Amino acid sequence: MADPEIKSYEPHHESQSAAVTESRPVRWVAMGIAFAFLAVFLLLPLIVVFHEALSKGIGAYTEALASPDTRSAIRLTLLVAAISVPLNLIFGISAAWAIAKFEFKGKAFLTTLIDLPFSVSPVISGLVYVLLFGAQGLLGAWLKAHGIVILFAVPGIVLATIFVTFPFVARELIPLMQEQGNGDEEAALSLGANGWQAFWYVTLPNVKWGLLYGVLLCNARAMGEFGAVSVVSGHIRGLTNTMPLHVEILYNEYNAVGAFAVASLLAGLALVTLVLKTLLEMRYGAEIAATRGH
Amino acid sequence: MNTAPAKAGWRFRQPSVIPGFGLTLGFSLAYLTLIILIPLSGLVWRSAALGWTDFWAIAVDRRTLNALKISFGTAFLAAAVNVVFGTIVAWVLVRYRFPGRRIADAMVDLPFALPTAVAGIALTTLYAPNGWIGQLLMPLGIKVAYTPLGIVIALVFIGLPFVVRTVQPIMEELDREVEEAAATLGANRFQTITRVLFPGLAPAIVTGFSLAFARGVGEYGSVIFIAGNLPFKSEIAPLLIVIRLEEYNYEAATAIAAIMLALSFVMLLVVNLVQTWSRKRYG
Repeated sequence: MADPEIKSYEPHHESQSAAVTESRPVRWVAMGIAFAFLAVFLLLPLIVVFHEALSKGIGAYTEALASPDTRSAIRLTLLVAAISVPLNLIFGISAAWAIAKFEFKGKAFLTTLIDLPFSVSPVISGLVYVLLFGAQGLLGAWLKAHGIVILFAVPGIVLATIFVTFPFVARELIPLMQEQGNGDEEAALSLGANGWQAFWYVTLPNVKWGLLYGVLLCNARAMGEFGAVSVVSGHIRGLTNTMPLHVEILYNEYNAVGAFAVASLLAGLALVTLVLKTLLEMRYGAEIAATRGH
Repeated sequence: MNTAPAKAGWRFRQPSVIPGFGLTLGFSLAYLTLIILIPLSGLVWRSAALGWTDFWAIAVDRRTLNALKISFGTAFLAAAVNVVFGTIVAWVLVRYRFPGRRIADAMVDLPFALPTAVAGIALTTLYAPNGWIGQLLMPLGIKVAYTPLGIVIALVFIGLPFVVRTVQPIMEELDREVEEAAATLGANRFQTITRVLFPGLAPAIVTGFSLAFARGVGEYGSVIFIAGNLPFKSEIAPLLIVIRLEEYNYEAATAIAAIMLALSFVMLLVVNLVQTWSRKRYG
């Protein structure tokens, strides 16, 4: 990968011969198609969110954001992310340690299982918890008898969010830690560090940017998840409505300014995520290289 | 390092001086089991409890079949669109240098970062008859919002990064010397691209297609706003699951979900087979 001979071979210089690039008109057409496609499919939707949010002026915008239901939706979204992201972070580190540092039977199968939530429709991710905890569910009667409420309440929303964001941290860390090998940790251990010290002072600094990268993506999805949360939430205004669900309710009530005002916050979050992600890739590309392109 | 051949007897794991195996594997397995495996096996158990005749009756119900057809059909079309344009976008990003390339590159990940509900209402507003794009298409007699075409548009948005991000790294690793050799041997640029470069990219393109397709089949948030959700016409399978749940028809919801899961696993299997095949052939 990092073969210096290949790296020094700058493939993009203007001086390259005509034989290994396209003719000028072909280049222009290809770039024209690519730009037009990106503009129509990515840029316009982003612009329209802010345009609609501010279409009745800044006053209407701030008023929409100040409504109590919107505020409680923002609080709930932050709460759900604050619980689910750290849990998946701990899981991600733990799974990466077990998978990257050791050779054991069934490792490939375990890695496949970790990726499983990515190939399940969000609606099904919510449905499985309804089947488990719902009134007709496997544990429904038992939960009811013990007065435990999971579905159509915060615990259900948290569980569904954990489900859909489950693989993010683990799948960033596993290839990264595999690439780095065990040499550093073995050296630390032979110098007298205990396992915890080896992790804290050696492994963690080695993977911190990759870790941050995974957390960033995990958080974006946790705050933006719609399908899974929609199934388990019950849509109780002011109680179990996250920001994406609140967008839907406002939109269906023909409150376009309100819907797009909340949507603009989520779009802002997406933009911040993209900027941080790009900065991480630019500055620490080599240190998170194993994670590029999922 | 330890390349010693397997010692006598079966060993669960290779010996290592690194501590923490039991703790981390134990915790990971427990967490995986609680969050993913038990809930998913609950779904399998519930659909198995349905019995074959009931399951089959739901599966061949006209509304179910139509919803599955619409989900898989639109996802297929959108993935095909993304293969064409996503490959061009990846090529432009990898091979050409122009101002703003980094921004364009970062933008490709927008569908990963933008919540699907936001994408849904934004696309609906754009493509509605009075929207920025919708009013341009109206005179041409093309209706996008509230039709199956709208579903395809939403799924193109959702699937684009899957194709670009799968093809892009492979394009970056293409060996320019091979192209030079082809040119030296008298191939024109078109022949070099179609006969020399494309075979190397094909497995990545197929993988990107499958990922975009699989994601599109399960997509819900961005689609339900733009689809119009007419039964038999523009009702996707995930929405039908939600509708059945709201009717407290857990059986039907479970059966449709089980069918979708089974089909996704087949997809996943195909992706893995393609990857193994391409590694063997080009690795």
